[in-house]
Amino acid sequence: MGVEVKVEGLTKSFGKQVIWDDVSLVLPKGEISVLLGPSGTGKSVFLKHLVGLLRPDRGHIYIEGKDVPNVSERELYEIRKMFGVLFQDGALFGSMTIYDNVAFPLREHTKKNESDIKRIVMEKLELTGLLGAEEKLPGEISGGMRKRAGLARALVLDPEILLFDEPDSGLDPVRTAYLNQLIVDLNAQIEATMLIVTHDVNTARTVPDNIGLLYRRHLAMFGPREMLLSSQEPVVRQFLNARRQGPIGMAEEKDAAELAAEKEEGEEIPPLPPIPPQISPSSGEPRRAQREPGQWLKENNITPPPGSFTGEEGYGAAAAPTAPPATTESAGQRQRSASSDGGGSVKVLQNEKKSPAKSTSSKKTTTKKTAARKTPANKSPATKNSAKKTSS
Amino acid sequence: MSSSTLAAPLRQSGSFFALCLDTMIQLFRSIIHRRFQWREAIEQGWFLASVTILPTALVSIPFGAVIALQIGNLSRQVGAQSFTGSAAVLAIIREAAPIVCALLISGAGGSAICADLGSRKIRDEIDAMEVLGISPIERLVVPRVFASMFVALLLNGLVSVVGVIGGYTFNVLLQHGTPGAYIASFTALAQLPDLWVGEFKALIFGALAALVAAYKGLNPKGGPKGVGDAVNQSVIIAFMLLFLVNFIVTTVYFQVIPQKAI
Repeated sequence: MGVEVKVEGLTKSFGKQVIWDDVSLVLPKGEISVLLGPSGTGKSVFLKHLVGLLRPDRGHIYIEGKDVPNVSERELYEIRKMFGVLFQDGALFGSMTIYDNVAFPLREHTKKNESDIKRIVMEKLELTGLLGAEEKLPGEISGGMRKRAGLARALVLDPEILLFDEPDSGLDPVRTAYLNQLIVDLNAQIEATMLIVTHDVNTARTVPDNIGLLYRRHLAMFGPREMLLSSQEPVVRQFLNARRQGPIGMAEEKDAAELAAEKEEGEEIPPLPPIPPQISPSSGEPRRAQREPGQWLKENNITPPPGSFTGEEGYGAAAAPTAPPATTESAGQRQRSASSDGGGSVKVLQNEKKSPAKSTSSKKTTTKKTAARKTPANKSPATKNSAKKTSS
Repeated sequence: MSSSTLAAPLRQSGSFFALCLDTMIQLFRSIIHRRFQWREAIEQGWFLASVTILPTALVSIPFGAVIALQIGNLSRQVGAQSFTGSAAVLAIIREAAPIVCALLISGAGGSAICADLGSRKIRDEIDAMEVLGISPIERLVVPRVFASMFVALLLNGLVSVVGVIGGYTFNVLLQHGTPGAYIASFTALAQLPDLWVGEFKALIFGALAALVAAYKGLNPKGGPKGVGDAVNQSVIIAFMLLFLVNFIVTTVYFQVIPQKAI
């Protein structure tokens, strides 16, 4: 199971506005890929092209040898049966209960009897944690539940390709973590090729096997996760580390003058944070496309940023420091004391934000000062020290 | 660019026509392959009937009465009172019934269809349906068009009956017309093909109103505001289209079917 999706030279514009130009990529069979991009770069539009809801101006999408934009409507409906799509808000049918929504594809496309349908539907509802809500209408449940119900419906026909349109938008971090784990588990279980469209950096860093970045109306980069996470390309670097410094601006890309000004101000791009370990299936089995951590980097003679592939899996460096436990504890202490220092909450924010970038330097300072910090009198100098480090 | 200003309405009417063709083909195909969504069609038909029956009846009483009053006055002046009934029946069955029917089907039914489909579209429901491999035209549009045609057909009968009764009541009660003469002259000018063409018009109006509503509902511009605009436009476009079609059908009818003379 699992099907390769090959996109060649895809170009789309609405009127005179070019959405993206000449996008070529291959979603490898049975692997998880993430498509990233700043808001409004046409990520959702790209998904709609894959399932043939929109037609490109040029280019091809090959799925099992068939070119999606150029097949007959009947063939298109056949191809679509291989897809499961999770839309942004779940896209449930408002007039049906959750149960009927999930059962809908089975009733339409299979000749299964109601007891078989019930078994399958209940299985999928249990998988997505929705047991007990099956008689509710989509309007009566929360956004997160709607999303999971949409996922249950997308799964019910055992799709070969699963597309997720921003699975993490509007979900709290805990639910996002659960959903990410669910995606990885599903990938191990049903072997489907998966594409996640998102702008959540943490998801992008820990879930996929491959990452793509849409930027400035083209595909800036697509490749193995480690390639993008260790990339020195300014856009990739800025986006994957959620920085202000870089070519992406608030409205659109920054112009040359802004970039020059940024350089003059000395706002250098901080070093790459460590690459977090991938999420692995909760069954304990390896991922379908499991590679040795750092294998790609080794093959291409790139040394990973220090601290890579350590720490708790599934948590990006942006969310938690990936240093040994002793250091994390002291980092927490330092933050706490910084807020009591009267230095204001701004400092704390800065501290949190930059801590991954300087995890190596903080390691040094903490080891030096572990003994000293135990006495309360020495707390404030340590704070000042770290605060100074962050602002520099 | 002049080409784009010309192309936009052309493209619109082209894709509307494509939707009409698609719907008709799928209607026949789904009936032949026994995939027709009877349940949806009956539900929609029931809904359409429930929102249109009462207003239709209430509109057609004064409609019949006004025609009867106008004709009654005129015919008394030229001394042709005995033909009052005949003229009123002619006006009601040939013109008034299909027009009232068209106004209510597109005003009450079409706007509801358009709003329903439009809100489904912006919630991605229609896209989801297509991705699940189910044609929204077969599943949603065909049953609605069928229901709308069927209900329009029945409404036309309702308007005819209620209108004629209204006309009779006003003629006899207010204008002191002779009850016997009113009824006896029914067939002096009107003939059976008049009723058939009235029903035929109603059928076409029902289909058109539902198709325009479906087209506008499936292609809203932007978010919730787009749906509101689409409903508004669908009612206006349906009205204009129905009056145009009414004119064409009537013209053809007079050319094809020989008329009775007194």
